[in-house]
Amino acid sequence: MESAQRFSLFRYAAPNMFYPLAGRLAPMFAVAAVVLALVGLYMGFFVAPTDAVQGEVYRVIFIHVPAAWMSMFIYLVMALWSGVGVVFNTRLSAMMAQALAPTGAMFCFVALWTGALWGRPTWGAYWVWDARLTSQLLLLFLYFGFMALTAAIEDPRRADRAGAILALVGAVNVPIIYFSVTWWNTLHQGASVSLTKAPSMATTMLWAMLIMALASWAYTIAVVLWRVRGLILERERHTEWVAAELDAAEARA
Amino acid sequence: MLSVFLEVLRRDLLLAWRNRADVLVTLAFFTIVACLFPFGVGSESNQLRAIAPGVLWVAALLATLLSLHRIFAQDHSDGVLEQLLLSPEPAVLWALAKILAHWLTTALPLILAAPALALLFDMEQSATAVLILSLALGTPILSLLGAVGAALTLGLRGGGMLLALLVLPLFVPILIFGAGAVDAHLSGTGAAAHLLLLGGGSLGALALAPWACTAALRIAVE
Amino acid sequence: MSWGSMSEFLAMGGAGFYVWGSYGVTFALIVIELVVVLRRRKQVVNRLQRLRRAMQASRTRKENRQ
Repeated sequence: MESAQRFSLFRYAAPNMFYPLAGRLAPMFAVAAVVLALVGLYMGFFVAPTDAVQGEVYRVIFIHVPAAWMSMFIYLVMALWSGVGVVFNTRLSAMMAQALAPTGAMFCFVALWTGALWGRPTWGAYWVWDARLTSQLLLLFLYFGFMALTAAIEDPRRADRAGAILALVGAVNVPIIYFSVTWWNTLHQGASVSLTKAPSMATTMLWAMLIMALASWAYTIAVVLWRVRGLILERERHTEWVAAELDAAEARA
Repeated sequence: MLSVFLEVLRRDLLLAWRNRADVLVTLAFFTIVACLFPFGVGSESNQLRAIAPGVLWVAALLATLLSLHRIFAQDHSDGVLEQLLLSPEPAVLWALAKILAHWLTTALPLILAAPALALLFDMEQSATAVLILSLALGTPILSLLGAVGAALTLGLRGGGMLLALLVLPLFVPILIFGAGAVDAHLSGTGAAAHLLLLGGGSLGALALAPWACTAALRIAVE
Repeated sequence: MSWGSMSEFLAMGGAGFYVWGSYGVTFALIVIELVVVLRRRKQVVNRLQRLRRAMQASRTRKENRQ
């Protein structure tokens, strides 16, 4: 049983096996994302009650918190794939890391944008140098750095490995950055109101948030699989299986 | 083994001495950036005293950033780097020697010049001492982390800007604890915690950064 | 349900700009990302197909000459 499982895992580590698998899985996750988002939004807007303290504006958290979670989690997964790529020297893992980065940056920006729009009526300013917002901003810079580095290197092998080292160095630094920013923030401003520590969250609010988080998971998986398919085709263009794939695509068209 | 370390260190210091104008330019840059701030925010001395630690730290950060490409660029273009990587000597050792040489030729002059700049901002003497200490403990991290960034961007088009984008977010904690040490000293809470964190950070970077740096160099040279 | 009418729903208790500004931009970004990713793959497929056709054409030309 175990040997069969290992066999299948390694089987799909090869780009030519992974490409059709990704093509089959991505639409499933996309459908799951749409369904979950619809359920989550319905619960968020029509079931969850008005917040006693913040009024209706709190409904931003149904995207703000999942986006913030996703942006951090995606960086972690990116570093994980990079580590796998460095240790096992697999081509696919670097492609996965590069496919994840733009979506992570997107979620990072969404978290910042919604945080600013939530902050204006709540704090009275679009931006305050709050520990969470500030570390989110630095995380966005880390994503930009990773994307800029991999884009600047023309040789794909070098881009893969340089990106992997940068992602790992960044992952070591993320906790340090978060710790330092929190430290700096408490010294300079004292504790501020935090979005995720909203007093007395109703259970329906929590459920809506969790379902939206699952929706962003499904969305991330779908879009990353689609992106990695493009990367695989480009990288493997000299191989037989890509030629067969192209012929099949032509026949379909 | 130690002889590689000493030999590379000696060679880099000698090269730096021959190109000592570069070192002076870095120092001049540090001074000028720091001197720009009074023109921007006004010369009110209470305000200047309040921003001085942050300004001097940011200036030191930028000066270090601009000098980072010097660690490997020349050795990369004349092929010395390749020879060093091919040699049987442990790469971590000579990479560390090069980083140390960079620290001695950029950070050390900045630390020595900082008291004079502190005078321009009317900083208290005890605060100046804490600033010097924080610079001494924090700048090794700048050199170590910066060397990883320099190795990753070696030989790339637009490498300078890219290097800034890669390393500046990583420098934020050092800035926070470095400038924070002086603030904490002035506010009476004591700078010990900040300085200990900077020292710990230096040791951590010393243990990890040379490995990442040599890995990045191997990738860049292949 | 806490909404009496459509306009009440859109007003979001006076916070309409903030709530819909957040959701609107997020939705727009997701749509843009999907369009970019899917079009990118199609472009790659088209480019590689053209490349292959060009190579096959040059090969047959060479064979005809022989």
